[in-house]
Amino acid sequence: MSGLRNAHVGDPPSHGGMGPAVGSRWLLARDEFPSLLDALRRAGYRIVGPTVRDGAIVYGSIRSVADLPEGWTDRQSAGAYRLERRPDRALFGYNVGPHSWKKYLFPPREHLFTLRRTDAAKFEVSVPEDPDPPMAYLGVRACEIAALNIQDRVFVGGAAVDPGYARRKARRLVVAVQCGQAGGTCFCVSMGTGPAVRDGFDLSLTELLDEGRHEFLVEIGTADGARVLDGVPLRPAEPSDVRAGEARVADAARAMGRAMDTEGIHDLLLGNLESPVWDDVGRRCLACTNCTLACPTCFCHSTEEVPDLSAERDERWRRWDSCFNLAFSELHTGSVRSTTPARYRQWLTHKLATWFDQFGSSGCVGCGRCITWCPVGIDLTAEVRAIRAAAPRPGPGAGGTA
Amino acid sequence: MNGPVRPITSAELEAHAFLHGLSARFLAELLPHTERREFAAGHTVAREGDPAREFFLIEVGKVALEIVAEGRPHLTVLTLGPGEVFGWSWLVPPHLWRVDARTLKPSRVVVVAGPALRDALEAHPEDGYRFLRRLVPILARRLDATRLQVFDVYRP
Amino acid sequence: MSTAPEIAGPVAPVPSHGGPLEPAPFTVRARAQETRDTVSLVLAPAPGSEVPAFRPGQFNMLSVPGRGEVAISISGDPGRAGEWVHTVRALGLATQALAGSMPGTLIAARGPYGQGWPVDRAWGKDVVIVAGGVGLAPVRPLLLELLRHRARFGRLEVIYGARTPDDLLYAPELAAWRGRTDARFQVTVDAAGRDWYGDVGLVTQRLPDARFDPASAVAFLCGPEIMMRLTAETLEGRGLPREGIWVSLERTMQCGVGLCGHCQFGPYLLCRDGPVLPYRDVARLLRIRGL
Repeated sequence: MSGLRNAHVGDPPSHGGMGPAVGSRWLLARDEFPSLLDALRRAGYRIVGPTVRDGAIVYGSIRSVADLPEGWTDRQSAGAYRLERRPDRALFGYNVGPHSWKKYLFPPREHLFTLRRTDAAKFEVSVPEDPDPPMAYLGVRACEIAALNIQDRVFVGGAAVDPGYARRKARRLVVAVQCGQAGGTCFCVSMGTGPAVRDGFDLSLTELLDEGRHEFLVEIGTADGARVLDGVPLRPAEPSDVRAGEARVADAARAMGRAMDTEGIHDLLLGNLESPVWDDVGRRCLACTNCTLACPTCFCHSTEEVPDLSAERDERWRRWDSCFNLAFSELHTGSVRSTTPARYRQWLTHKLATWFDQFGSSGCVGCGRCITWCPVGIDLTAEVRAIRAAAPRPGPGAGGTA
Repeated sequence: MNGPVRPITSAELEAHAFLHGLSARFLAELLPHTERREFAAGHTVAREGDPAREFFLIEVGKVALEIVAEGRPHLTVLTLGPGEVFGWSWLVPPHLWRVDARTLKPSRVVVVAGPALRDALEAHPEDGYRFLRRLVPILARRLDATRLQVFDVYRP
Repeated sequence: MSTAPEIAGPVAPVPSHGGPLEPAPFTVRARAQETRDTVSLVLAPAPGSEVPAFRPGQFNMLSVPGRGEVAISISGDPGRAGEWVHTVRALGLATQALAGSMPGTLIAARGPYGQGWPVDRAWGKDVVIVAGGVGLAPVRPLLLELLRHRARFGRLEVIYGARTPDDLLYAPELAAWRGRTDARFQVTVDAAGRDWYGDVGLVTQRLPDARFDPASAVAFLCGPEIMMRLTAETLEGRGLPREGIWVSLERTMQCGVGLCGHCQFGPYLLCRDGPVLPYRDVARLLRIRGL
């Protein structure tokens, strides 16, 4: 947290100019929190953030502070998620839920374009009216920023740039929230993605809640973030406030519910593609696709053509798909990954190993969603441990033929 | 033109890839039971169900192994060329051909009488072992190939 | 300060087109029935439009609009500009629609995509090409490219395997190729009737007498995985190092540009990193079932 030690605690926010300096830190009183929402809206953003729905904290439209999960927390373990009341009135006193921000950047269903036949030898391509207003994501955790970066690399970081994703990315404002607690299935420390939010945000909030105090430490991440704060009543943060924020994050780091040894994980998994563990986990896995839907980085999708009856128009739609679906690997001769062990292996090796080959990083951020939302409680950290334990030890004659 | 031609010499017999390296004594015993034959294209060399009394080594030409069944078209399952061998039913009771063998081109073959070959293999176990060491891989490769053909690797 | 654009509006220009998945209109200029279920289509662009150049082994995404999009390798001559040629076997809805397209039919096409055959690795070497079934289609541009530069490499051995004589593609051209004296084309089928005077048996059975210098040869393989694996193993048995062998692999492709995840094969996105890959890099993966 060296950045925090260099905290700029000088001038108050200016009004009308560029706003407070990038890197500077301020305090926002809980009672003034609505002014932040007002400022975001004034700046033209639709605010999306955490809200309680159907017994879980999910992401949806935030119209007022009342939409936030005030005083709620979640208890998570493998295959289990339960909302509980907190003893305090924290706005962000929970961990991550079943949703992730990918639903805004990479919608579950998206109309890509329409082909319209203009004459016998031609068609025109039209793109749907831009339905995406600028959005402020309120309450983005460190692991989720890492997930945004990972999906950014997939959709706009390669030779082929996805135009819809690029458009939505250009219009997103990330209001991060530092984790003050860890969930029962969290392992961001193992993945090097958290719990401290270090970069990739426009604004970052740390909820300071002790001894009757309820304030937010606000760090300015970008000029966009600074501009948004126009008119928000902030006062300079003191070094003691910064230390209090650091302490909250340090508490979360110590309370990780899970850990994963990532040492040599790429070669470990690719060297054990025929480990007996795949059959074992494959017997438990229902191939229900929950993990891929809850995962903030899973990007696999299918494209469909939707013709109208006249055959003059043909809409191209994209929808989320999953490597756990039998049809996902369908060739005309049948599915390549016809068994559940093969499909689980595909998911796990992609997430933790071949993602490096394809996109230059791990595909896992340690958020624990796949563990919590697995109906049979499969825990990838345990599966990796099992693969490591079952791996043949290098000995005479080993190597090359794993 | 179908029929025997210039007799084969022991040197020629020994030079054939399949028989190369077998003992001179063994080959000498075979020589009197060996002859060269030439066939026109389209000649049926062997018929499925007939007694199998001969072992064939192809010197020149092309031979098709066919399955023939009433009411269905002939089906060629393998073609063989120079250096290849066919016909081992003389070794396997009840000593009946299991395919038709038919030339696709004018062909010249070396024919060894099966019963004599059987006797020689029995009498000279070391040569017999070498002979089988050459024959078995051929049988195995053809079995492998047949499996893939049954698998219908290019099927739509 | 009441509107978004000054504050959060995009800094970078925002694409307003359909992106990398947007196809261009083509029409079927000519159609040739290759076999009972396979046709070759010559696709011409809309008047005034260009056809992007391609390298042998690359593929395009094609659809009869509304009938589904499918990845089809380019089987035309890379030296012929202004058209795309595709050989399509009618298997599913999308390919049935394509294969049934008569001249004049509107086709949505985009591409070319993928890494093709490393043609320049052939220069100065003997070349062995083994193709099976419709695997001859992506090999045809390679053959045409090689034959155009015949003086730049050594011997050329081509072995083509098919189901039956009725399943052979490019029959007239095949006859012309077989007549060449500067290359040897062997054709073998799995089963044949009495009207077939060619070879019957697996492609691997034609390999023992293929003429090439294992120390200085390259091999390009395209066909069902099991056929390529057996062929590669047989070639290695003849002393051709793994480093000299390339294979063209197949997995479902939907986007063609590395975004949708369908065509993963271990570390590879075949649409982006393949479909042609060095056998050295995939030999082990090809032996893993259900990858």
